[in-house]
Amino acid sequence: MKMLTFARRNTRELLRDPLTLFFGLGFPLVLILLLSAIQANVPVPLFEIAHLTPGITVFGLSFMTLFSATVIAKDRKSSLLQRLYTTPLTPVDFILGYTLPIIPIAVAQSAICYGVAIILGLEVTVNILYAILFIIPISLLYISLGLLCGSILTDKQVGGICGALLTNLSAWLSGTWFDLELVGGAFRKIAYALPFVHAVDMERALLSGDLSGIFPHLWWVLGYTAVLLTAAVLLFLRQMKRQ
Amino acid sequence: MNAIRIEGLTKRYRDVVAVDNLSLSIEEGELFSLLGVNGAGKTTTIKMLSCLTAPTSGDAYLLGKSISKESSAVKSLIAVSPQESAIAPALSVRENLELIAGVHGFNKEKQIAKIKELSELLSMDSVISKKASKLSGGWQRRLSIAMALISEPQILFLDEPTLGLDVIARSELWDIIRSLSGRVTIILTTHYMEEAEALSDRIGIMRDGNLLVCDTTDNIKKSTEANSFEEAFIRIVKGAVK
Repeated sequence: MKMLTFARRNTRELLRDPLTLFFGLGFPLVLILLLSAIQANVPVPLFEIAHLTPGITVFGLSFMTLFSATVIAKDRKSSLLQRLYTTPLTPVDFILGYTLPIIPIAVAQSAICYGVAIILGLEVTVNILYAILFIIPISLLYISLGLLCGSILTDKQVGGICGALLTNLSAWLSGTWFDLELVGGAFRKIAYALPFVHAVDMERALLSGDLSGIFPHLWWVLGYTAVLLTAAVLLFLRQMKRQ
Repeated sequence: MNAIRIEGLTKRYRDVVAVDNLSLSIEEGELFSLLGVNGAGKTTTIKMLSCLTAPTSGDAYLLGKSISKESSAVKSLIAVSPQESAIAPALSVRENLELIAGVHGFNKEKQIAKIKELSELLSMDSVISKKASKLSGGWQRRLSIAMALISEPQILFLDEPTLGLDVIARSELWDIIRSLSGRVTIILTTHYMEEAEALSDRIGIMRDGNLLVCDTTDNIKKSTEANSFEEAFIRIVKGAVK
């Protein structure tokens, strides 16, 4: 009840920010439409709708990092968190309250992307539902990264680091915009040591109906999520104690 | 009965002693002001008493509950209105109040009743549906105090509640604080001498983490042979009178 009240407040705070609606829902759609238009004129296998959509849905989650980090950093700046620390809310309530509201937004973003992809010619299969379902663990990865950044950065730093740097890094290293095999070498090795490309490969496997193809990518995603979530909780508790 | 009993409370940050062996008792229903220049240790004292910061040594008991060992019980007795207006900007006034009532576990009926009561007490009917970010500084402070009061605290901490407000908004907030006198134990920090003098039953003056004086304004003026409370404060803090 207490946690849900706090989570409801965070949902309202997010959904009332027009930037959330634009970047969370609008921007991935613009990318799908734009790249599909390029694909229609100059066919590129990478931008075929069945190959492109899973990458865009994962890329769109990088904005979930920005949203979660921004809400926490702003609450720290405004002293609202300080006030809430003197209430009966527990550390678990805070972590869940910041995490849970973003998961439905992530799922909605993914569902809308697939809806548009269907209009653009994506074949309707049950695999789309699997792909949307597996967005949940991937969204937890990105939300954890946001909790971590929001616990240590100011709201202005969050804008630069999560809004610009992290969004670009996760895009370049995900294999959505260009084939990592073409770059090869150290770049490919670094990309495969990070979770972003594994998230995209997992989503592509799900959409193509290759359920066994989600491994070992799922383990990479879950492993990174566990590490990042643990680090985020520890850093959140540290800044809580530093009050 | 003592609402607050502080015993040898100390907070040390590496080489700096922010609060040094503070001992003090505050009666139930008393309005107690903590004064001091910047860095005197007022805010650190409030942060320790409200369980935001753990003391390095010593302890304090709020209505008998230890801040070190029973922080959950202490948190259910207190409310804090921090220095900055700690409000959720995208929420309306009503939603901000619902947030705090909700995290204190109030059911829907009690939330509605408390919001109505506070809205009347603080004359907030005209802004109840307004977004908090659209309120003036004075109204935001009023909301901040309403958010502190909605949990029915027995002890209320007001950290510089009128900082940066115009004279009318300040006078209105003084009336609100006066109206709580006797019902709630209030610990107020302020830089405004006239505010402390107008509102407080007793005043504690701190410097460098130490409590220099703790008495009524009249007694403080008498003991320092000062014509005004501000003059008495300056004498005490500058070390002319110990």
